Amino acid sequence: MSEARTSAAAATRTRWGYLAEFESVDALLEATEKVRDAGFTRFDAFAPFPIHGLDESMGIRTSRLPRIVFGGGVTGACAGLLLQWWTNAFDYRYLIGGKPFFGLPVAIPITFELTVLLAAIGAFIGLLVANRLPELYHPVFPNAAFRARATTDGFFVAVEARDPRFDVVGTRSFLESLGAVRVDELEDE
Amino acid sequence: MMGTDMNRPGEILSEQRHLGALGERLWRRAALVGVAALAVSVALAAATPGGWHRFFFAYLVAFAYVLSLALGSLYFVILHHLTNAGWSVVVRRIAEAFAGTLPFMAVLALPLLVGIRELYPWASGTAGHLAHGKAVYLSVPFCVARWVVYLGVWTLMARFFVGRSIEQDASGEPSLSVSMKRLSAPAMLALAATLSFAAFDLLMSLDPGWTSTIFGVYYYAGCAVAVYALLPVSAFSLQRAGLLRGSVTVEHYHDLGKLLFGFVVFWAYIAFSQLMLQWYANIPEETHWFVARQNHGWGWVGLVLIFGHFLLPFLALLSRAPKRRPAVLAVAAGWLLVMHLVDLYWLVMPAGSPSDAVPRLVDVTTFIGLAGLLVALAAFVVRGRALVPERDPRLAESLSFENA
Repeated sequence: MSEARTSAAAATRTRWGYLAEFESVDALLEATEKVRDAGFTRFDAFAPFPIHGLDESMGIRTSRLPRIVFGGGVTGACAGLLLQWWTNAFDYRYLIGGKPFFGLPVAIPITFELTVLLAAIGAFIGLLVANRLPELYHPVFPNAAFRARATTDGFFVAVEARDPRFDVVGTRSFLESLGAVRVDELEDE
Repeated sequence: MMGTDMNRPGEILSEQRHLGALGERLWRRAALVGVAALAVSVALAAATPGGWHRFFFAYLVAFAYVLSLALGSLYFVILHHLTNAGWSVVVRRIAEAFAGTLPFMAVLALPLLVGIRELYPWASGTAGHLAHGKAVYLSVPFCVARWVVYLGVWTLMARFFVGRSIEQDASGEPSLSVSMKRLSAPAMLALAATLSFAAFDLLMSLDPGWTSTIFGVYYYAGCAVAVYALLPVSAFSLQRAGLLRGSVTVEHYHDLGKLLFGFVVFWAYIAFSQLMLQWYANIPEETHWFVARQNHGWGWVGLVLIFGHFLLPFLALLSRAPKRRPAVLAVAAGWLLVMHLVDLYWLVMPAGSPSDAVPRLVDVTTFIGLAGLLVALAAFVVRGRALVPERDPRLAESLSFENA
């Protein structure tokens, strides 16, 4: 009976993964460490506030954002110099107050501003892209426990079904063995 | 070697926190080196024709250098109290040691009074007509009176902040922290005013016809770079000598590295701001100061500053990794301490030797002399004391500090 219902549901909806709830920061840190050590790569943790050490216990690599920001800054510096050289000293040479067509001191402010501007835009866009934002829907949203406690006192770990280590029965019991107070199945749209 | 490893609480309890016999050795040896080097300088000055002229300019460079380290350290201590900082408690005593040398600066400044006519055209009456309007301000009695005020204010502030902190080691009285916090805001204003005017008098008035309203900020930027370089170098040296192994961690180095990086950029920003307006306006009474620093080899010194004091350290300190490796940060900071000396050499020496940028032996010996005396005085200030404010109410916060 229940077998039949499950397979009927599976025909229209697919299993996205499991959501395990933990009671404290320490339990969350310990659980994410063990999930990481078990070889899972497609999992995420949710907490109502930033937790020191969660990045390490989840095995998250250093962000690539600094490289994007550096690239933006270098692009801005080159663009600023090129813009001023091109407009004043090459494309339309115009003598102003006896100054050189291209004087480096006077070109620095614009170059500086463009460096900062493109680095900041790189940081902003890069942050959105790296975090896959904006994301208007996530499979954890409909979960009742998540809705009730994710922003107050609930600590969650979500393991995705597309993780190569994922196993319908094994992963559930693994999460329970880590001290999860509940493990819910999440469905994809 | 250090860091947030598992046995750190044990390291904090067992670490060596007092300079002890090392401190006695350090201050005596540094003082000996300093006095010997200054004696060599005086001998060189007496032995060569025009030697005294060069000696006084070399002494001015070295004095401006050690003064900037002491004032930068006082600035760090006041800023710590002003911002109610927690992270920097474990490195504050090192800054207090160098700030504690300020009462002795009055003695170190005396040779400048002897050489005032060699150094400053306004004191020897050879200043051009542009200085006439400044004749009252730039007169020897008024200048000496101002220096009495500067040195007096610095001495009072150093004695207050260093004295109270050391007093707290014994009593553990939290109200001492409160009293330092309360006076930190007026002290910062007093420091800003005296430091700016001291920079005008000490360095800018070498060329009485030239003015730059940002000059005080330029000297302050140098002081800030100097102290944020001095602290990691000192902490690293002390840890190499087996001290402070537990309390100063990679997290403190990281924050000092961030501040060093920030003030390297700030220095470049201020230096460029000083240049650009006068370059663009192109008025001879303003540009002659830069013309003197772009010809006869001085342009090369300027290029060394652009690359060595800004571009190279900017790239070296930009990312997170070098700031979290104490040895790498200490090398970069040591490099900047040298560049700060080049900066002051570039500010001062064209006034004494406009046609030749090559340093002389007397420049080196005089610098070693005053730097040795500074280290000796700083070690003397903290001899027999802990190198960490042991009973500061925020010590625990600083010990457990972590960067996000």
